[in-house]
Amino acid sequence: MIARTQIRSRTRSLPKSLTGVRGLDEVTAGGLPKGRTTLLVGGAGSGKTLLATEFLARGAAELGEPGVLLSFDESFAELAANAASIGLDLRALRARGLLATDFAEIERSEAGESGSYDLGGLFIRLDQAINAVGAKRVVIDGVDTLFAGFASPATLRTELRRLFRWLKAKGVTSVVTAERATNGLTRHGIEEYVSDCVIVLDHRVVSQTATRRLRVVKYRGSRHGTNEYPFLISDDGISVLPITSLGLPRHASTQHISTGVPGLDALLEAGGFYRGSSIVVTGTAGTGKSTIAARFADAACRRGERCLYVGFEEAESEIIRNLHSVGLRLDAWKARRKLRILTAPATSWGIERHLAEIDRQVQEFEPQVVVLDPISSLVSVGDPADVRALLARLVDVMKHRQTTVLCTDLAPGGTRDDATGLLLSSLADVWIVLRNTPFSHDRGRELCILKARGMAHATGVHELRLGRRGVEIRKRGNGSARPARA
Amino acid sequence: MYRLRLYVAGQSPRSLAALENLRRLCDTHLPGRCRIEVVDLLEHPDRARRDQIIAIPTLVRQSPPPLRRLVGDLSDFERVLAGLELQPVRGER
Repeated sequence: MIARTQIRSRTRSLPKSLTGVRGLDEVTAGGLPKGRTTLLVGGAGSGKTLLATEFLARGAAELGEPGVLLSFDESFAELAANAASIGLDLRALRARGLLATDFAEIERSEAGESGSYDLGGLFIRLDQAINAVGAKRVVIDGVDTLFAGFASPATLRTELRRLFRWLKAKGVTSVVTAERATNGLTRHGIEEYVSDCVIVLDHRVVSQTATRRLRVVKYRGSRHGTNEYPFLISDDGISVLPITSLGLPRHASTQHISTGVPGLDALLEAGGFYRGSSIVVTGTAGTGKSTIAARFADAACRRGERCLYVGFEEAESEIIRNLHSVGLRLDAWKARRKLRILTAPATSWGIERHLAEIDRQVQEFEPQVVVLDPISSLVSVGDPADVRALLARLVDVMKHRQTTVLCTDLAPGGTRDDATGLLLSSLADVWIVLRNTPFSHDRGRELCILKARGMAHATGVHELRLGRRGVEIRKRGNGSARPARA
Repeated sequence: MYRLRLYVAGQSPRSLAALENLRRLCDTHLPGRCRIEVVDLLEHPDRARRDQIIAIPTLVRQSPPPLRRLVGDLSDFERVLAGLELQPVRGER
């Protein structure tokens, strides 16, 4: 039986232009409104100029859409230096005729006014630049600076309205940036003239970690994510992290893969985990979570697949040493490029960085299997809602890629409180709980499968033995040892 | 001698008004002391960027230095004289 989920677009939306900015096209369900103006609002240092610049640079370099960058605030040298810090080479784009730039310097001190005027000079400059490179994209950075340069707000409002109409008539997809105001969105109400799309950037410090957020506050005629999305500015560009799914079509696999433990495979009707599913292994300290996880990783490598092992607590050498003691040679798989270990210090990174780093590794290495060990250490990183969103997003991305993800989860007191339990339950297609045996004199361990979506599984408690030879699982108690429909 | 440069956009009413106002102002207040140059940005669009022109019309006092700029159709003579720091002929103000 093959279950397919197909989600058709419910509304016929406006044509869009891909931004090429990682994650932004997902959040906007396909990019910015084509041939229209998008207003990008943010405070100082919020990253609006960089985001607008990347929109231009990606368009010019990768999407065949040359661009114009008109700035009121920064010279080309400054803009190019800032863009270089996120890996964008504006000078090269300009040299290749894919980018035209203009710095409209405004100094009020030297300008007096007598009688009426318009911003005709600005239109002429934009027109020249657009024609010079055959621009399909235009960025006007710091448009509100105009209000500091000219004394008549009424004239400026009229002219801005005319400017946005003119850009639309030109058929260019444009992004206009403006400073965030304390009251309202922008100080001069520029959002009133831009009716198609408004995006707000925010930069704040939460529990001593600086976080950047992006929110689409308005997008006419299009569905879009309304949440605040964390974003990251790194040396290879901006990454917006679409923490909730927009309903991506997803193929549910019926193919199964071994858990790496024959005794565990036997407890599952499918003979293993479904490919592309998510597995959570919960247990107190020393119950064998990491061993189960490593067996799973080892099995993937044996099949010739690639595995990304993300350790949130231990250093790579510690992970390899500990698993060597149960007979697993992860270093050998690493040497054969079947395994990649990412050590992500849970507490010193913000959640955005975790997500971005894992995303990046997944894209680079293209693993079929990912292990996250242990996800419980992420709980300390930030707001529980954020962590939940982060994990949900990770699992979503993995599923979309048909990557099987196994998470270990350290339960402090042997059980999970309701909130975390609910979180894990919704995340996990298969949920396995491990615990130490209270009665055994040789510190035995037990395993129980709490759930396995889409397949029958053995119920009840099983004995778990870990050793250099491998992991053994035997029936214990009253549950069935063989898979049965619950 | 003042060297003044006026940036206009073709024959637009505002551009024509600015030129007429400027000529009148020079005749009235600065007779024989003005040299006016007109730059039509529709004919020379690249000059807008090169000379940092945003508004039209824009009047620039080229010399004596420093450069002074003023925007508008120049209908208010007082503001033009003050804005560009032009010294009118004594008694003419």
